[in-house]
Amino acid sequence: MFVLALVGVAVLWELYKLIGPQDGGRIFGLTILPRANDIAMPHVWEMLSRYARPERRGASGSIFLVVLSGAWFTLRLALTGFVLGTLIGIGLAILMARYKVVERGLLPYLVISQTVPLIALAPLVVSWGGKLHIGGFEWPRWLSAAVLGAFLAFFPVAVGTLKGLTSAPQATSLELMDSYAASWRQTLFKLRFPAAVPFMIPALKLAATASVIGVVVAEISTGLAGGVGRLIIEYAREATSDPAKVFTAVFAAAAIGLTMAGLVALIDLATMRNRPPKEAFE
Amino acid sequence: MNAVEVRNLTKTFNVGRQNAVDALVDIDLTIQPGEFVSLIGPSGCGKSTQLRLIANLLEPTSGEVLVNGKPARQARLDQDYGMAFQQAGLFEWRTVAKNVELPLELKGWDKERRRQRASEMLELVKLPEFAHHLPWQLSGGMQQRVAIARALAAHPPLLLMDEPFGALDEMTREHMQTELLRICGETGSTVVFVTHSIPEAVYLSTRVVVMSPRPGQIKTVTDVDLGSKRDVDTREDPAFFRKVTEVREALRGMQVTDLDQAVLEP
Repeated sequence: MFVLALVGVAVLWELYKLIGPQDGGRIFGLTILPRANDIAMPHVWEMLSRYARPERRGASGSIFLVVLSGAWFTLRLALTGFVLGTLIGIGLAILMARYKVVERGLLPYLVISQTVPLIALAPLVVSWGGKLHIGGFEWPRWLSAAVLGAFLAFFPVAVGTLKGLTSAPQATSLELMDSYAASWRQTLFKLRFPAAVPFMIPALKLAATASVIGVVVAEISTGLAGGVGRLIIEYAREATSDPAKVFTAVFAAAAIGLTMAGLVALIDLATMRNRPPKEAFE
Repeated sequence: MNAVEVRNLTKTFNVGRQNAVDALVDIDLTIQPGEFVSLIGPSGCGKSTQLRLIANLLEPTSGEVLVNGKPARQARLDQDYGMAFQQAGLFEWRTVAKNVELPLELKGWDKERRRQRASEMLELVKLPEFAHHLPWQLSGGMQQRVAIARALAAHPPLLLMDEPFGALDEMTREHMQTELLRICGETGSTVVFVTHSIPEAVYLSTRVVVMSPRPGQIKTVTDVDLGSKRDVDTREDPAFFRKVTEVREALRGMQVTDLDQAVLEP
């Protein structure tokens, strides 16, 4: 299904190139439709074959390897951000589920936090990190990018987990735990968390892709070298001379997002295998 | 020692507010060990509320509840009773055996002892071959058996049941009633059973407590002397019908309405 969709997108792309205006559609002097020329929209095969050629003239090895190592770098950052964000998100959700006061006090701030533009925040995090010295711990630059990934990732996890913890368990199940004089912690781990899993999975999916976006944007705005974000910026400057080049990095970013989503799908499979089968739509 | 002792019990919801409701007023009830007592009455008579007060899931406004001679709260902390609800309420992520083990886990039993007890309990409710099934793979009646096994797993002397067979079809229901009597006969449990089925109350109970609504109070208490051996023939016994009629008479004339139900039986 996924492959089919991919082919569909490629076909649409080529179709538009075929019939779209070369210099963009203009209405009242405004460019509305994107230009269909080879510089703005290289052919699909052009982009794919670009992977085989070297990064720049005279460089050894294909650009594929460069992008791959960049993707690996970014993937590790995104993974760190994802794990960090998930832990923070779950921690906040537990606190909010436990104390209504915390929920009322904290939740609005969490919502506000997501409206802060990441680009504005990135240099701040870098400078705060740079000032941080705990014992022998030196704040590495890459950690700032991971933290910004976590900053985007924690929110859906916190909201989704909170919803799951508070409204997923049935009232009688909670009464049952009460009748056994179960502690709040026992109820949390034996009832609330397992019941919340179906709410947490979609939240984790959002968090997985959000952490990739966070890390890529952070790489760009903090100038962190080594990852896909930096490659996108570098290659975009060469868009006129080598238009297919930037797409190699863009696709890599998309692939990272897919890998992260795949990871969550595995978590889904592992945690939901005992659950009643869903109404069969597929 | 009495299994349950309710003295002068009053429960008011929303005390001191405009919408204050007297759910129960001046309830006195003593239940001996080994008795099977049903609470029956129209919606809003406070029968479920009374069960929850015995279970200490609610605190009384005034009066006293003793379970096994202890304050209800202490009895709850000691897991002196097991509880079953209308919804079996099995945890869908746990196998049948693990569901039965839940109260034992909470008590801190070790794994071997838990497994042993769970298989005994599943033997008791005649589902030993389903130990490793998941709840959704079982029928409604089977799920309710598992819920009973879970409620009795820690061998509590008292079993509190809130319309446990209310969601089952009539045939399964009658079968489950017979099974429940067999199980209680084997374990010697005392049972407090909330229902709104008259034949069910009469068939199961040694005593039927008829309650009336607004405010919830005990109207009459009927002894059911049909003997301890009850089976299919009991349901066709004229003595059974006489008791059913007696309870029905007691319930007659009560205003049946679902007004305030949401408030009275949360």
